Amino acid sequence: MATYDGIFRALGLENWCSDGATGGPLTMAEMIARANGTVVEGAPAPRPPLMETPFPSLDALHKACGAIPRSRDMTEAVEQGFLDIKNPLKVVLDPLTQPLSWMLDFSLEAFEATPWFLMIPLLMILTWFATRKPGVTLFVGLAFAFMGFIDYYDDAIQTLSIVFVCTIICVVLGVPIGIAMSRSNALQRGMIPVLDMLQTLPTFVYLIPLIFLFSVTESKLYGIAIILYAIVPVIRLTDLGIRLVDRDVIEAADAFGMSSRQKLWGVQVPLALPNIMAGINQTIMMSLAMVVIASLVSAPGLGVKVLAGIRNLELGVGLVAGFCIVLLAVLLDRSTKAALSRIDASAR
Amino acid sequence: MTDTDTPEVKVSIRNLYKIFGPEAEAMMAYVRDGMGKAELLEEHNHVLGLQDINVDVRAGRITVIMGLSGSGKSTLIRHLNRLIDPTAGEVIVNGEDVLAYNGARLAQLRQNTMSMVFQKFALFPHHTVLRNAGMSRRIRGESANVADREGQKWLERVGLAGYEDYYPGQLSGGMQQRVGIARALSSDSEIMLMDEAFSALDPLIRTDMQDLLIELQRELQKTIVFITHDLDEALKLADHLVILKDGAIVQQGEPQEILLHPNDPYIIDFIADINRARVLRVASVMEKTTREGSGLAGEVDAGQNLESVIALSEGDTNLHYRVMRDGRQVGLLHMRDLVRALVPVEAADPARRVA
Ligand SMILES: Nc1ncnc2c1ncn2[C@@H]1O[C@H](COP(=O)(O)OP(=O)(O)OP(=O)(O)O)[C@@H](O)[C@H]1O
Ligand SMILES: [Mg+2]
Repeated sequence: MATYDGIFRALGLENWCSDGATGGPLTMAEMIARANGTVVEGAPAPRPPLMETPFPSLDALHKACGAIPRSRDMTEAVEQGFLDIKNPLKVVLDPLTQPLSWMLDFSLEAFEATPWFLMIPLLMILTWFATRKPGVTLFVGLAFAFMGFIDYYDDAIQTLSIVFVCTIICVVLGVPIGIAMSRSNALQRGMIPVLDMLQTLPTFVYLIPLIFLFSVTESKLYGIAIILYAIVPVIRLTDLGIRLVDRDVIEAADAFGMSSRQKLWGVQVPLALPNIMAGINQTIMMSLAMVVIASLVSAPGLGVKVLAGIRNLELGVGLVAGFCIVLLAVLLDRSTKAALSRIDASAR
Repeated sequence: MTDTDTPEVKVSIRNLYKIFGPEAEAMMAYVRDGMGKAELLEEHNHVLGLQDINVDVRAGRITVIMGLSGSGKSTLIRHLNRLIDPTAGEVIVNGEDVLAYNGARLAQLRQNTMSMVFQKFALFPHHTVLRNAGMSRRIRGESANVADREGQKWLERVGLAGYEDYYPGQLSGGMQQRVGIARALSSDSEIMLMDEAFSALDPLIRTDMQDLLIELQRELQKTIVFITHDLDEALKLADHLVILKDGAIVQQGEPQEILLHPNDPYIIDFIADINRARVLRVASVMEKTTREGSGLAGEVDAGQNLESVIALSEGDTNLHYRVMRDGRQVGLLHMRDLVRALVPVEAADPARRVA
């Protein structure tokens, strides 16, 4: 006899309850109880004392009324729901996201195929043109040389390749979305909760629906996880940057008869550029954070080493790989910030 | 100052109303029934920006719109190029109803017919001075060469040669506004709108800029709508003066005429403190006649201000002068009339002091 029997009886729902099947999978509690060998099946449970009245949860109610699903039935249904939409969703999503796999794989190959004695100078030249700061340029060179010396260069380059591709895609998608948001209050109101959710969702939770949808061997799986997580700051700061452009300047643009395209590309985007660049900087940092977690779903790079460190209790490997990630983060941050301050200076 | 031939009307504003708020149209009924600004705000939470504005802006003249902060000056000038759309009324530019314009035609109006100078300069901070100056040409799709040539020409004209490659942020306020003026002039538009163009500048620079504008105007004969809250500035620049209060016109006309015959206590207060001798001109106080006159002490020009005549007469109120313009007599100036005109209306007419 269960706690809530009386309620169903009082409501006259006994028949409806007994129609419900009691079969199906065991509840989590039953499973645990069986494993511990404590349950005596069929024996009437003694009525629990008042202080131990269970919360009217699915499981507790199910005991009183078979028609009410148990917690595991519910999770089962969620799973089934996912499985049901998986195939139609794949039909749409697979071709859409396939290029992402190609890009990630291609970039990975290209980064790995480039020999270190070309790659390191190339990265330094790139840094120089972006920042014009000898200090930052030298730091980039030394950091990669160091990682090469301790044999972590290949992992670092793989991580860099993934961050590189994901950042480009974040910018290509995020800036137009941000622009659209800045022009429509309705869209902004609709997008902000989505962005909030993407940013607050624990990073592991991202991986779960993706694992259902795509096979773990596909690179787009981690690509999507990284992009979803890291795209938020570009969108937010593009929207904000455009909305913050001096209203007097916009009015002047209108008064001289600029078309809305001239205004967007000639005034709003250039003046929002410092903010957009700050967003890109954050996006890079966030994709770097996610690429480590994404190694759980086969993203190559330094994350794999960290994971190996945890799995095999190889403390040294994990720590050194972690240090390399910090190094990568610092150098990406330094060089994008330096590039940002150059843009800032020319915009004033 | 030829008041004999009146030039054509360039812009005509007819029965213009602007109400700010979500149900502006519905509020029109109350306003037409005579509800005032304060009442409308209190009872219906709508701001009456402009009410029943009628102004004719004449070609080649400077029309000054003056009023205190919040009187609706900026709102009014933004109706001319439709940065703001009216709640009711008409704006007619060169005989065409601007409110009937579609987007493309409106853009044309803004690109070719009207240019604007702003209180806070509103230059494009990410472009050089030269590029800012030639901006209107670029917007119209003219080549970079033309834009730079025109920009260069007008930068030189406003005294900024040598600053082409600076960014606006590197210039002082006065210099930035010169760029703003060059930008407006380089579009070669017939009409220039200036919203408190000199208000953000300190007094000396401000006087310089006013002189520059007068000089340019003598040369270019643009149709200028100039907004200010400063009476001295208004009197210095205006061919036609419009005085706004709470979104309505209190009085408009020739500035000298308004000084001598203010029709509202508000204006009397407004003009109480100015130096009338410096502002009033001989033509406004003389007796209009071609009669010879007798016992004349000499000749004065119709455009001279009274201060200079007082200096000439050494304070003798019994003198009479022949008033000349372009070598012909246009009237006689009696020093008694001159002195009487120096007394503000308020003191002259006790009945008005009720206000
Ligand atoms: N977008 C708007 N929404 C609501 N009220 C407005 C709006 N724009 C202007 N107003 C109101 O209209 C009135 C006139 O404003 P306007 O800016 O034209 O004044 P102004 O004469 O230019 O003053 P200032 O000298 O301060 O520039 C003010 O009461 C102002 O509060
Ligand atoms: Mg204003």
